[in-house]
Amino acid sequence: MPLPAVRLTALLGSVLLLAACGDEPAPAGAGGPIAVEATDDACKVARTTANTGNVTFEVTNKGSKVTEFYLFAEGDRILGEVENIGPGLTRRLIVEVTEAGKLQTACKPGMKGDGIRGEFTVSGEGRKATDGDAGLAEATKSYQRYVNSQADSLLAKTTEFVDAVKAGKVEEAKALFPVTRTYWERIEPVAESFGDLDPKIDGREDVIEEGMEFTGFHRLEKDLWQDGLQADSAGVADRLLTDVKDIVAKAKAVELTPLQLANGAKELLDEVATGKITGEEDRYSHTDLWDFRANVDGSQAAVAALRPVIQGRDAALVTSVDEKFKALDELLEQHRAGDGFKLYTELSEDEVKALAAAVDALGEPISRVAEVVSQ
Amino acid sequence: MTGLPRRRLLGFAGAGVALAGAGAAVGALSSSSSSSDQVRLTGAEAVPFHGEHQAGITTPAQDRMHFVALDVTTTKRAELISLLKEWTEAARRMTAGQEAVEGGAVGGNAQAPPKDTGEALDLPPSALTLTIGFGPSLFDERFGLSGLKPPKLIDLPRFPGDDLDERRTGGDLCIQACANDPQVAVHAIRNLVRIGFGRVSVRWSQLGFGRTSSTSTAQATPRNLFGFKDGTNNVKAEDADALREHVWVAPGDGPDWLVGGTYLVARRIRMHIEIWDRTPLAEQEQIVGRTKGVGAPLGQVAEFDPVDLHVKGKGGQPVIGETAHVRLASAEHLGGVRILRRGYNFTDGSDGLGHLDAGLFFLCFNRDTGKQFVPMQAALAAKDKMMEYLEHNGSGHFVVPPGVREGGFWGDTLFT
Repeated sequence: MPLPAVRLTALLGSVLLLAACGDEPAPAGAGGPIAVEATDDACKVARTTANTGNVTFEVTNKGSKVTEFYLFAEGDRILGEVENIGPGLTRRLIVEVTEAGKLQTACKPGMKGDGIRGEFTVSGEGRKATDGDAGLAEATKSYQRYVNSQADSLLAKTTEFVDAVKAGKVEEAKALFPVTRTYWERIEPVAESFGDLDPKIDGREDVIEEGMEFTGFHRLEKDLWQDGLQADSAGVADRLLTDVKDIVAKAKAVELTPLQLANGAKELLDEVATGKITGEEDRYSHTDLWDFRANVDGSQAAVAALRPVIQGRDAALVTSVDEKFKALDELLEQHRAGDGFKLYTELSEDEVKALAAAVDALGEPISRVAEVVSQ
Repeated sequence: MTGLPRRRLLGFAGAGVALAGAGAAVGALSSSSSSSDQVRLTGAEAVPFHGEHQAGITTPAQDRMHFVALDVTTTKRAELISLLKEWTEAARRMTAGQEAVEGGAVGGNAQAPPKDTGEALDLPPSALTLTIGFGPSLFDERFGLSGLKPPKLIDLPRFPGDDLDERRTGGDLCIQACANDPQVAVHAIRNLVRIGFGRVSVRWSQLGFGRTSSTSTAQATPRNLFGFKDGTNNVKAEDADALREHVWVAPGDGPDWLVGGTYLVARRIRMHIEIWDRTPLAEQEQIVGRTKGVGAPLGQVAEFDPVDLHVKGKGGQPVIGETAHVRLASAEHLGGVRILRRGYNFTDGSDGLGHLDAGLFFLCFNRDTGKQFVPMQAALAAKDKMMEYLEHNGSGHFVVPPGVREGGFWGDTLFT
């Protein structure tokens, strides 16, 4: 795993709130910010019409209770809200409204109930969502199939690995360790998006938070290669299987967007650049090159799914990505040993540096995929 | 070469009075930091050395830094004290724009090595400040200080993700030199180190080339190597109440020798800038919790608009995410905790893998590290999404004694 932070925004929860809030101050729209005067029994909205784009509310609580202000779309879908507005305070809410329609405003004095509602009408041009593109829809479906197949293999191999550990078959478990991790590493950004599960399954000893137990693959790696199996190794193995089952179910249920695919492809290479290239990931077994290969595989799979779309929009980018993948592939394959790879510790400094340069060379064009997909 | 001592030309009048060279009109800048005597630094002038607090903390952050951590090699208390006295005298002189020793560079015996190394001859004071700190390891049996160790001078806990390099960690002493000319800062450290040979030796050192915080409202907010404004909500020199509450050790905080002092935390934070540079703008902004252009908190318009953690967007998702840097580091999230940051950007060559070894040398001052820096860093290390791009590989915790009075020396309240 990477450092312990959760990749929520990147892959799953990528709610591009206020996506237009880049550099320019959010335009207040025609007529400037809309003043809202909230009291304990009224919710006066100075203007109840706006155009699509950023709509700014300045909410002043003139009542005695702490209040909240909401903007709802049809069916009470929240478009924006500001909470915890104490008496006497003024707070700002900027909402990016992308489609015209009948909305509702609401103040919630005392922060409960349905609130004091009002009509709010938005007119103007809507913005077309890229998700409607048939090619992109096919891309996400195709990648989802990849995630499903890898998740199935992950579960099957983890079961074998855990059985070997519990049976005390150290050599067999050691042989299964890098193979099992391959399926994990290929879909790592998807798995990592499930908050707490990632550190439990893939946490390294140095990044575990205080008070949290060191469990998962790397704990068993330490037992197998360094400390020998411990009294609680079997228990740790059982927990690993439980956590993997959990994450497999979640990964198969998740719905990905094309942008998440593109960012996932990039993040897999980031993983390689910060974790694998330094030999930090598998510090006891030194099987980092297996993980390296798997991250590159996963990145390649995400790009492959998006390929028809990128090809149509920026053919030169496809050529560049292909070339760089090929160069990295060739370099990696030089370090094959039998069915697997050399140990990280067997690589010379120059070999590590050459791998790092190839990853960087690929990382640049890969980082442009998201932009092309979002066009 | 005129043979004149360095910088005498620039009009140094005596301790406690600061004059700028060549007719620039500048008032005295007190390190005791009441807002009335704060003036905007023009860059070249001298910052007074004496005061209630050491300079280099609330002094408007200069552009350059040279920080050094030292181990004391002598075991004699008297030698340590005489070193502190010699250092203080040299620091007094150098912060005023003079050579470390009068006539030191070229005015001495031609058969003797010069007593000042000379590279700052002809350069103005450049707002040089020199700030000393004492590490936990100084308070052992060697110098009879074990009973005087401030209980709050803790060994920092290990934070998740720490990858500390012993060769960039700890130290019995530290000296922070800040100036608007890097040569002036390096000259000061070099000469202090030289004075200390036989009594101290350099443990590690760090250069910084661009300030990453403003410590005065008169300063614009600078940017770190992620390209974002850093230190917008810093504790500022003009906010006397905040300094009293969050920075200066007060009577009753204990120990008595430390009143008017503070605690310094240094962290060398490697930034994986190559990876960051491949990250989409929208994601960069979500990680930080501010816009990259003007530096406004997400959901707001201007840089100094208050960070509002209670604004939510589509589907009730917080606009400033649960793992955004500004949320986790905010006083609101941390129960009112704040620190005074004074960090610098650095690049130190390459990592050997085709990347720059670049980052932020984090420096902060606070009144109680265990209650301020530690919970803040614990929250960031555990949840901050930015941690994926960072690696803390050097660390130090030091107690910063109060300012030096006329005729006093660094740490005199501890040693006498």
